[in-house]
Amino acid sequence: MKLEKIMKILDAEVCCGTVRNDWDITMVGASDLMSDVLTFIQPDTLLLTGLINPQVVRTADVAEVKVICFIRGKKPTEETIKLAYDKDIVLFKTQCSMFKACGRLYRAGLVDCLQK
Amino acid sequence: MNNAGIGKIQELIYDLSVGDVMKKDVISLSPDISMYKLKEVLRKNRISGVPVVKNGCSVGIISIEDLINWLTKKGAGSSVKDWMTKDVVTVYEDEKLIQAISLFDQKGYGRLPVVERKEKKVVGIVTKGVIIESLLREIEIDYHEEEIRRYRVSHFFEDVTADSVTIGLIYQVKGGDVMNGGAVAGNIKKTLQRLDIKPDIYRRVAIAIYEAEMNLIFYTDGGEISVYIKPESICVNVQDHGPGIPDVKDALRLGFSTAPNWVRELGFGAGIGLNNIQRCSDKMIINSTVGRGTILDITVNMETL
Ligand SMILES: Nc1ncnc2c1ncn2[C@@H]1O[C@H](COP(=O)(O)OP(=O)(O)OP(=O)(O)O)[C@@H](O)[C@H]1O
Ligand SMILES: [Mg+2]
Repeated sequence: MKLEKIMKILDAEVCCGTVRNDWDITMVGASDLMSDVLTFIQPDTLLLTGLINPQVVRTADVAEVKVICFIRGKKPTEETIKLAYDKDIVLFKTQCSMFKACGRLYRAGLVDCLQK
Repeated sequence: MNNAGIGKIQELIYDLSVGDVMKKDVISLSPDISMYKLKEVLRKNRISGVPVVKNGCSVGIISIEDLINWLTKKGAGSSVKDWMTKDVVTVYEDEKLIQAISLFDQKGYGRLPVVERKEKKVVGIVTKGVIIESLLREIEIDYHEEEIRRYRVSHFFEDVTADSVTIGLIYQVKGGDVMNGGAVAGNIKKTLQRLDIKPDIYRRVAIAIYEAEMNLIFYTDGGEISVYIKPESICVNVQDHGPGIPDVKDALRLGFSTAPNWVRELGFGAGIGLNNIQRCSDKMIINSTVGRGTILDITVNMETL
């Protein structure tokens, strides 16, 4: 699924990075625990999280996640944005709760990265 | 092993010639110079030995060991020619690198003067360090680059022998340095990518290191992460100086965590980290002594397929 479509589904806005049309996202991972993320995450997954500190970006970098979406309208810190910019990671934010965000993406056909 | 950049290094050893990599602006001394002067030259230039040259031709080599010999034994003259090694082995600038490396290997030399074939004049010098630096440059790993300095690599040493290559990286991690948490893992991931290590392998290594790095930051006063990249495997050694783990079996239990609140607020403390390391590695050994520290050894094999 194209990033633009994901943004529409989640009513998300961009906090950092460019919405590239050539990226195709098929899987979603959702967690607020970084070690948990690292057990199931697969490259090119969309990561949904309620954490907004730079550690999220570091985790994504190691796991080769290129897109992170923060839930419940949380705004990433300046350090987080700076680091994401450095690592070429796109940051979104949405007003949706974790449940709502997951539900909408699931209904739209995206799958859990544990399933792949 | 065809995917590894290490293989590329191996090829380069047979492709490049000594002249391609040698240090050209050689510091050399004439045989009549005094040993006092030698001491100055070594100290000023921070080198451990120099070729001795007469009319442009190699007549000997003198190193810090010779200087120490002179300082402790004295006697018998005080010029370079009295203490230098006279039957120096040299390499021609058009010889392949493998030739120089074999000489380092077999004879244990630290440096070789490079001469041109016609008049046998000294045109450069090679050391293992010079060779490694140029090989890394060839595969575009510049270990002087800003980014690595930023991530506090204290060491970048390696070993090249005729039939194997090991690249070693050592990083310091400060306890409590949350701001840089994961920077080492990210940096190593990038280096492994540049070395053309397979994605499946470098990802596992990066995740294992990330977990170990975060544990250093959260639970210790700091430590050291060393990574040894060999053609058959990647070995990671993580050491800290305390406080140690009272019961390693407990710590390995999924869900076990002593993480304080501030760690949990950052998204850690689920008690999954060590399990992640185990899952990502082909071999994991933890040795811990309370009051002394923890040593974690991880191996990830570079399976052929
Ligand atoms: N280097 C270390 N020195 C001292 N104690 C350690 C060290 N590494 C781990 N521990 C202890 O082992 C426990 C389990 O570590 P592990 O990495 O598996 O989980 P965690 O760090 O608590 O949570 P997570 O990694 O999921 O964020 C830690 O809570 C800590 O008590
Ligand atoms: Mg941990």
